[in-house]
Parts: sequence; structure tokens; C-alpha cells
Amino acid sequence: MKHIIPKITFWRVVAVIIIVAGLYSTYLRFTGGLGASTNLSDEFPWGLWIGFDILVGVGLAAGGFTICAITHIFNIEKYKSLARPAILTAFLGYLLVIFGLMYDLGKPYNIWHAIIYWNPRSVMFEVAWCVMLYTTVLFLEFLPIPLEKFGMKKLLSFMKKIGIPIMITGVILSTLHQSSLGSLFLIVPQKMYPLWYSSLLPVYFFISAVGAGLTMVIFEAYLSARAFNKGIEADLLSRIGLYSVIVLMLGLVIKLIDFALTDKIHLLFTINNYTLLFYLEILVGTFVPFGLLIQKRIRENRRWLYASAIMVISGFLLNRLNVSITSITPGAGIKYFPSIYEISVTLMLVTLGMWAFKIIAKNFPVFSTEMHYENRDYELEQKVSESKV
Amino acid sequence: MIKQKAILFDATLCAGCGECYNACKEANHLPETSDDFLKDHLSANTYTVLEEYVDVYTRKLCMHCVDPTCVSVCPVGAMEKTELGPVIYDGDKCLGCRYCMQACPHHIPRYEWSKVNPKVKKCIMCYDRVKNGEQTACAEACPTGATIFGDRDELIKIAKERLASDPETYYQHIYGLEEAGGTNVLIISPVPFDQLGFAVNLPKEALPTYTAKALEKIPGVVAGGGVFLAAMYWLTKRKNQIAAEEKQNKIKSFSGEEK
Ligand code: SF4
Ligand code: SF4
Ligand code: SF4
Repeated sequence: MKHIIPKITFWRVVAVIIIVAGLYSTYLRFTGGLGASTNLSDEFPWGLWIGFDILVGVGLAAGGFTICAITHIFNIEKYKSLARPAILTAFLGYLLVIFGLMYDLGKPYNIWHAIIYWNPRSVMFEVAWCVMLYTTVLFLEFLPIPLEKFGMKKLLSFMKKIGIPIMITGVILSTLHQSSLGSLFLIVPQKMYPLWYSSLLPVYFFISAVGAGLTMVIFEAYLSARAFNKGIEADLLSRIGLYSVIVLMLGLVIKLIDFALTDKIHLLFTINNYTLLFYLEILVGTFVPFGLLIQKRIRENRRWLYASAIMVISGFLLNRLNVSITSITPGAGIKYFPSIYEISVTLMLVTLGMWAFKIIAKNFPVFSTEMHYENRDYELEQKVSESKV
Repeated sequence: MIKQKAILFDATLCAGCGECYNACKEANHLPETSDDFLKDHLSANTYTVLEEYVDVYTRKLCMHCVDPTCVSVCPVGAMEKTELGPVIYDGDKCLGCRYCMQACPHHIPRYEWSKVNPKVKKCIMCYDRVKNGEQTACAEACPTGATIFGDRDELIKIAKERLASDPETYYQHIYGLEEAGGTNVLIISPVPFDQLGFAVNLPKEALPTYTAKALEKIPGVVAGGGVFLAAMYWLTKRKNQIAAEEKQNKIKSFSGEEK
């Protein structure tokens, strides 16, 4: 029997409430301006929409380029089944980032100006171009999925030919803008709490995005396995989990060496809210998941693996918010906490993203590998079918 | 080369009359924002303020940096450092990303938060007047000569002379000579500048050099990354092929033995 009216479940109700609230905030944002909808001010011009929607959004989409590099450039074939979900997440992630920008930009209708007015000295300019180009690349990487579904073989064999250069371009673009999101903050040394300011910010941003992006694959695989029962081999996922925490640990070691070289160790022993948040960030995001996943027995346990992935993602989220909000100290007594409208728009974006992922994964060949276009020779198939006639 | 224009503000001469504040409002057609100009603060409708500290008045306005951070960070070049010195803004280009506000070391640009089509607002050193060879409205209005307008090198000379001729009165520092690469608004005062609410933790280097160091690496990443990735692709592909062939051969030789 077909359900015309969807079943009412707890999560569906929550999703509907979030969307309704988000739509109301959208109305406020576009009729009353940023002042009516956000807690931003002249003292605090960047808030949750930059910190979460942009920095976290782009960062967590890094699984796309990392898995692509592993499978298609380094040709480690066994991870191929992870490539599609990762590309889909990345593609949806970037679309949401651009969608989120529409809320945050004061003049969203001028967004295309970045194409015609150039300022190559600006990190923001570089990020804008990379995001534009990389979203196009992701679209091309995603395209075979619907093409397969609708059996468009000619286009598929063309896509197959241009596949590798596209993937290489994607990896380079990602490397550039993942790190540049960190470079955005290089220009405010006097405004940032020194635990987070470092000339290595671009390096930290890159490493943490690779690490956390990988765990997103685990997170999704778990969610979608529950939703569609199309589980991915647990062995692959637990390895990905291990690599992710090793990468993150490496990032932390670099950070500590940098602390030592720039005389910042004493800050780690200064007790204040900054230090506490910093410890929370590295404990939840790196130390604890590292301690867990380094043990074979634990990382091969689905639940622990999933829990560790959630920890890494939370730590990553905290790091981006710490860099972009907590660490910014424009003056004594100036505090920022996002308004309920800012939060509801962000929640709406996350909900829309999960919903779109679910729909696409349900209706398109995302989690199945056998019929992937990379592994088929369309010209041959064409000939075979012609010779039959 | 055109000589850069600048403003010199001498806090020892300021009488706190607020003529600069009023003149700026008038010249830039800004609405009234406060009954008491000493209590007003910079906003989208106020480009300059007068602040009262113990016995000293000081002005706050855009410093018109020599290598302005706001200009360097703007993705679309809506902020511009003119040849004459003033840093101006083009609202038609602006995206509203507010990076200029986030990055300005003097914390100057203000935003029209309540508008649906908002602009960034700040002192533009009366660019239209300066372009026509006139002085800024605030300098013209100042009755005591606390705010004067002129060529930057001239004003630096004047400031140095004042500091040297009266070391009792002046704190021996010209604010704006070197702060974050220097500014086209220079300030001298009887007290240290942190006591007047100026940022004193700024590096001597212009801030755009900090991001330039990161941006310089881009061509290297593109070229190096491209070569590296292409090579890796080719190598690993080859390796896989060889492995596959060997496997084939093994199977063949194995089945050969069988026969
Ligand atoms: S003070 Fe700020 S707004 Fe003015 S020119 Fe310098 S960076 Fe730009
Ligand atoms: S808010 Fe406008 S002027 Fe400021 S950096 Fe962004 S685009 Fe440029
Ligand atoms: S230079 Fe012009 S815009 Fe700037 S404070 Fe003076 S009067 Fe106002």
C-alpha cells in the first residue's frame, strides 16, 4: 500500500517545526534586514552564519575531496564504495553554504560581483572563486549518479574520459579554500585570543577539515544504513575512522609544537573560559576519539565508531565556532550570542541538507557500486548491443 | 607623484567644542543622532566623534591607513585607497560580507544593520572636497587649529616639531606614523594613547602583509599539487595494472602446469 500521507514520527514533527521556524526567520531577515534577525553589531560583525553555515559547512564537506583523492587519484580501489556518498554530501554541503551565504551577505543580490570585480589581494576573493569553481566540479562529479539512473550512456562515457582531470582540479581547489578559510583570520592578530591565532591557521584548517570530513562518511553511512539498510562494509569504515583520528592527532601535535615555539604554553595553564573551551575542543574532537579508535576492538564496534565520529564532528564544530566567535575579543565587555532567528535558520539548513541526502540516496544509485560507470566500458556495450541487432 | 593628504589632530589644542562633529554631519548629510555630541558614538550616521577623557578630548574617525586593511580584504574592491590618501567606499559594488568591519584594526566601519539594502559607512575624508583642492569639513570648522589638513609629510614635520619643542606637554609619540603600516590621520596627545582608547597593540607592519604571506603560496600549491596528483594517479594506476597482470600470469602459468 502506498502512503500518501507520510507517517507521523517524532523526527518528522521536529523537522516540520524547524522548517516553519526557519521560514519565519527568513521572512524577518529579508524584510527587516540583519538588524532585525541577528544579534550582530558593529562590534561583532561576524556570527553564527559565518562560523557555522560557512566554516563548518565547507569543512565537513571535505570528505568529498579526500575520498576522491584516495579512490580515484591514489587508486586505492577498495574505498570506491565510499566515494559516492562522500561526493553527494560535499555537493549538498556546498549548495547549502551558498544558500546560507544568501542570509549572511548584506546584499546577497550582489553575490555575482565577485565574478566581475576582482581583488586578488583578498582571501575572501580567493575563497569565493574556489567555492564557485569547486561547486561546479562537485556537480560534474555528482552528475554520473543521475545519468546512470536515466541510462544516458553517451554522456557517461564522456564523463568517464574527463573524470580524472576534474578530480585533480577538485582536490587542488579544496586544498586551497579549506586552508584559506583559516587565512581569513590571519589579518586580525590583535583581535583574537592567542590560543587560536597562529600563522599556521590555514594549515590547521586544512588538516582538521580532512580529519573531520572523513568522519562525516562514517556518520552518514551509519545514518543511511539505518534508513535504507544498504550498509557499507564495516571494515572500510573503521579504517577510515582510524585514519581520521591519526590525521587529527597530527594536527594537534603541530599545534603543540607551534605553542612551544611561540611561547604560548603558559596559556594552557591559565584558567579561564577560553582555556576551558580550548580543552573541550581538543578533548572531544581529538584526544578521546583518538584514544578510542586506536584500539582495534573499539573501532570495529559499530556503535563506538559512530559515537567517535560524532565526537570528532562536535569537536570540529566547536573549533570553528571558537576561532570565529569565542576567540574574537573586539573590546572589553562585548559579547555575542546568536539570536533565536540565527539559530533557527542554521537548523533549517541542516535539516534541509539531511532531507535532501535521504531523498537522493533513496532514489539514485548512491550506495551501490556494481553498476558504477567507472567500472563499465560503454563503448563495448554499445558495440555488443549493436551487433545483436 | 601626487602628495598624499592627511589630517593632524592635536589633542592638546582641542577645546571640546564639537564643531568638527557638527561640520561632518552637515557636509555628509547625516541625520542628528544625539543631543549631546560627547555621548555619541560612531555609527552608520556618525563618521566622527569627540570623546572626553580626564582633561583631554580626542577625536575618533577613519584613520585612512597607508595600506588599508579594509581595502585589502574586500573581495570586490568596494573599498578603495585613492591616490590622494582618502579611503572611499562604493556601495554599488559591495556584497555586504562585512570583512572590512571584522578586519579594520581601528574598528571603524559601521553598518546599516536595520536596512534591507545596507551600506558600510565611515569617514571618507571628505573625498569630494579634497579632490577639488579643498580641505575637509572638520578641519575647516575647527576654531582652535586642533584639526588641520594638509600634505602627509608636511603634517608629520609639524607634529615632530611640536613634540620636540614642548616635551613637557606632549607624550612623545605620533599615533599613525607607524601603526599597522601608518595612517593618513595623525594624532598627538598629552597622554599615552591607550588612555584615549586607541589600539596600541598593533604591529608596525601593515596587516595585509599577513594574508599576503598565505596568498603567495597559491601558485605553488596549484602547480605543485597538479604535478604531484597527476604523477600519483599515473604511478598508482600503473602499479595496479602490473599487479593485475602478474596475477593473470600466475593463473596462466598455474593452469599451464596443470596441463
Ligand atoms: S582605519 Fe579601518 S576603515 Fe579606515 S582605512 Fe584603516 S582599515 Fe580602513
Ligand atoms: S562589506 Fe562590502 S566593502 Fe566591506 S569587505 Fe565586504 S564587500 Fe567589501
Ligand atoms: S574628514 Fe570629512 S567625513 Fe571625515 S570626519 Fe572630517 S568631516 Fe567627517
